Amino acid sequence: MAKKKKWEYSPAPESKQPAAIAGRYELFINGKWQKPSSGTYFNSINPATEEKLSEIATANETDVNKAVQAAKQAYEKYWKKISPTERGKYIFRIARIMQERARELAVTETLDGGKPIRESRDFDIPTAANHFFYYAGWADKLDFAFPNKKANSLGVAGQITPWNFPLLMAAWKIAPALATGNTVVLKPAETTSLTTLKLAEIIQEAELPPGVVNIITGDGQTGAWLTKHNDVNKIAFTGSTEVGKIIQRSLAGSQKKLTLELGGKGANIIFEDAPIDQAVEGVVNGIFFNQGHVCCAGSRLYVQESIAKKFIQKLKDRIGTLLVGDPMDKNTDIGAINSAQQLKTIQAYIKIGKAEGATFFETDCVLPKKGFFCRPTLFTNVAQSNRIAQEEIFGPVLSILTFRTDDEVIEKANNSPYGLSAGIWTDKGARIFNLSKRIRAGVIWANTYNLFDPTSPFGGYKESGFGREGGLQGLHPYVQLS
Amino acid sequence: MTQQSRLAIWKTYKIYIGGQFPRTESGRSYAIKNSAGKTIANACQSSRKDVRDAVSAARSAWGGWNNRSGFNRGQILYRIAEMLEGRKKQLKDELMAQGYTATVATREINLSIDRLIYYAGWCDKYQALFSSVNPVASAHYNFSVPESMGVVGMLAPTNAPLLGVISLMAPCIAGGNTCLILADQEKPLAAVSFAEVLHSADVPNGVVNILTGYQQELTDWISTHMDINAIVCFDQEKPDWQKIQENGAGHVKRMFRWNTQQLLRAGGQSPYLIMDLQEIKTTWHPIQTIAGSGGAY
Amino acid sequence: MTGKKPVFNPQILNHPPVEQTGVEERSVRFTKRSIKGPSKMQGLELVLSMIDLTTLEGKDTPGKVNQLCTKAKHLHDHIPGLPTVAAICVYPSMVSVAKKALEGTKINVASVATAFPSGQSSLRIKLADTRLAVEQGADEVDMVISRGKFHAGEYAYVFDEIAAVKAACDKARLKVILETGELGTLDQVRKASTIAIAAGADFIKTSTGKIQSAATLPVTLVMLETIRDHFQKTGKKVGMKPAGGISKSKLALHYLVMVKETLGDVWLDKHWFRFGASSLANDVLMQVAKEKAGNYQSPNYFSID
Repeated sequence: MAKKKKWEYSPAPESKQPAAIAGRYELFINGKWQKPSSGTYFNSINPATEEKLSEIATANETDVNKAVQAAKQAYEKYWKKISPTERGKYIFRIARIMQERARELAVTETLDGGKPIRESRDFDIPTAANHFFYYAGWADKLDFAFPNKKANSLGVAGQITPWNFPLLMAAWKIAPALATGNTVVLKPAETTSLTTLKLAEIIQEAELPPGVVNIITGDGQTGAWLTKHNDVNKIAFTGSTEVGKIIQRSLAGSQKKLTLELGGKGANIIFEDAPIDQAVEGVVNGIFFNQGHVCCAGSRLYVQESIAKKFIQKLKDRIGTLLVGDPMDKNTDIGAINSAQQLKTIQAYIKIGKAEGATFFETDCVLPKKGFFCRPTLFTNVAQSNRIAQEEIFGPVLSILTFRTDDEVIEKANNSPYGLSAGIWTDKGARIFNLSKRIRAGVIWANTYNLFDPTSPFGGYKESGFGREGGLQGLHPYVQLS
Repeated sequence: MTQQSRLAIWKTYKIYIGGQFPRTESGRSYAIKNSAGKTIANACQSSRKDVRDAVSAARSAWGGWNNRSGFNRGQILYRIAEMLEGRKKQLKDELMAQGYTATVATREINLSIDRLIYYAGWCDKYQALFSSVNPVASAHYNFSVPESMGVVGMLAPTNAPLLGVISLMAPCIAGGNTCLILADQEKPLAAVSFAEVLHSADVPNGVVNILTGYQQELTDWISTHMDINAIVCFDQEKPDWQKIQENGAGHVKRMFRWNTQQLLRAGGQSPYLIMDLQEIKTTWHPIQTIAGSGGAY
Repeated sequence: MTGKKPVFNPQILNHPPVEQTGVEERSVRFTKRSIKGPSKMQGLELVLSMIDLTTLEGKDTPGKVNQLCTKAKHLHDHIPGLPTVAAICVYPSMVSVAKKALEGTKINVASVATAFPSGQSSLRIKLADTRLAVEQGADEVDMVISRGKFHAGEYAYVFDEIAAVKAACDKARLKVILETGELGTLDQVRKASTIAIAAGADFIKTSTGKIQSAATLPVTLVMLETIRDHFQKTGKKVGMKPAGGISKSKLALHYLVMVKETLGDVWLDKHWFRFGASSLANDVLMQVAKEKAGNYQSPNYFSID
């Protein structure tokens, strides 16, 4: 038989056109788009091409104050007074409009943040809309949420979101805050503000009373002004543990309620009786989902020694099929690293891993010439005392360790200042319950990994933060019980 | 005072660490006075090393205590109440020696005992109340349960030498945590005697550790201690709440200030205080759904 | 193939468990691949070349089989350069008819055998059935496993039966039908695949087409993974044939994606992968025509033999 041409996937690029990104974005304060007092703007670039997408207003202290005052007035004037049922209906509207504008939001998210279009289309955007839909329904049912107590709103919630799931994290923050009767000032991460600004448009379109949700853009300094503002009653932050600690310290002595959703170094544990092929998938989802920019990423892989060789080979074979490249291509599995800065951090850790003597492996895929990209990377022969096994890398880099007994792996999994997530792969139910009880982490995925749902509370133990987002328990951070 | 036929034996008030009653390793003590200003006893002036030892005792005790069934923890809390009931007279004397009237002292002791009973009953119930099965939109079973935070540092209030300690301790250990309690600086005697009650009440060693001493000296050591998961104090001016929070932020400690007014009155108790010291853990597992089985039930 | 008679080794049953939800999630991922442009055209032609055009009915006649063979040779002559299907799949009694009709082509004749579709007969009858097909000239034999024995835990019986049929096949390639719709769980699919492969199957095949559910992506994935593990352990390749329920070209392309990403490009060949289908061919042809002409097609323009 003649040598046949290998069957490859042709490029399948999504169109940029639905994104409809404006040339410039102002601040969304008191229901209106307002020019920043600073008069300055910063560029938002596409990390896959390094091209400028838009320019975005920098909010200074005056702007932050304006936004907080708007939120405070909206709280007193409208949001506190309207009936919970009506409040819920506004939130339902937001959910619906997000669903209607799903394509636009997905394309924008991918252009702005570098994540594969498949992920923004199938995960980020629908899950964000669902989150609003879920919490909308809570608005007039709070009496059932806290037995024997009355749930009172707090006032103005100041919220700061990260760059890894921009719109989804905005939904995680805004939806429960509004449902419980608070008003909002939210600052998205500097590198990924666009979908949150589009969410502001949606909020406008949904005719929420002015000032109920305010979106201010800027860098860490803008965030610091927001967290320190005296008229803010609640701070919710998702981001690095380092910044989380600074915020927690800055709130010391104040009455502000605080929720922190910080870093992690999730242990993903594979026992010899695991469903091996699905575990390989779980490991891949655990560390390569969203380029590894996931706080609950399963970045520490513990494989039982008896199957380590076989498992690692399967894992290598599998990641060899991952397609790295243009995030807008529907077939791309791993998109662009979010920023030049983050790529530098990841590369520094890869260097550290090599220097520490761990065995380095990366796939041989060809990377695009422009943009910030990183091949799927594994380190084997890693020890607990290696930095790549301890510190959050926040990229597509997996550290693989081995273990022998259940007790040993529990101890190793807990041997971390973090406690956000863990994975357990075994066919034995009793073992799952033992480990899921003894591993100190807020989310345990047994025989699965990296799943999220609006009904399911998410949040950490230890230095991974406190408070929960999602589910019934996600209401608590936004209420005062009496 | 009438003529004494024998010389009284004075009590040495020691601290309680890991189920033992050592003196402070520092060898220091300070005078405890009655309302007239007369010294009635000496208490240990605990040091940072006592804090260190107490935390390490509490950490060792935590795994086992956390693993006890709720039912068993309830039994032990109930046992503490039983033992306390038998020591009412001693505690009343100690409270009165520090200026309480008989009526107030009796009220505080009775409230304390009843509070223990209250939390004894919660030990195997709050989990059901605050757990959830979450209806996720995929083929997974998903549930959330409260779990203890670990080791809790607790700073007792003034003006309630016994009730203050018990109001802190009971919701903390009912939820499977272990703790280190720094007793009221001025009136620590009842707290130390309460430690003796604990010791005779089947409370495993290290679950509760009680120190006496100067709050100003010790709160920094407690709030900066990296192996303390949470801190609870009362919303009084002292200790320095801001400083505690700044310290605790260094490793994302959970910090709570409970309302003194509410807590020290009758009914000042709530499962929500247990929940303050709980983490929520959510577990996912796939559900097998064999095609065709849908219509079969 | 000659050589030693394989002996059942119960150790082969110690395979890893299969987590159904995970298999389904992975299967969904294959369907997210967007196959466009040249890749689509090449894929569709590949699909055509892998089809076992099938008629397995009590009412089959030489007339029907002859018409089907004509279709196999002339899929759609309006479009030049199309491949033929891989094989025609019939009952043993129709093998000689098909063989004659396909003379001079490279199209194989496959015959079902072994008391198809239930397999509820004695080994003696099954071997006779197999020999009949082979004697009539079948290039490939599609046998069914004894599901009853399998469920009764008589794995050695199932194994020996396959091995015996394989011996009876002589030069014909043996496809072993697991009838996954009767196996109950993916763990059982994995187990049956393992047994079939160890007993000497050249292909493993999902279904007879007589039972719901037939071929699905998750079931096929588990079988492909069994093939891959066997290959990695022994270096020996085994083919795969999903059958029944694949009637749309888009789904067929997703099967190819799954094969490519699970077993690699080598398996993307009719020697190692087949579709057991009857109506799939025309849907693929309509897609091919649409790609060429640019407009959507009507079934009226595609023959239905």
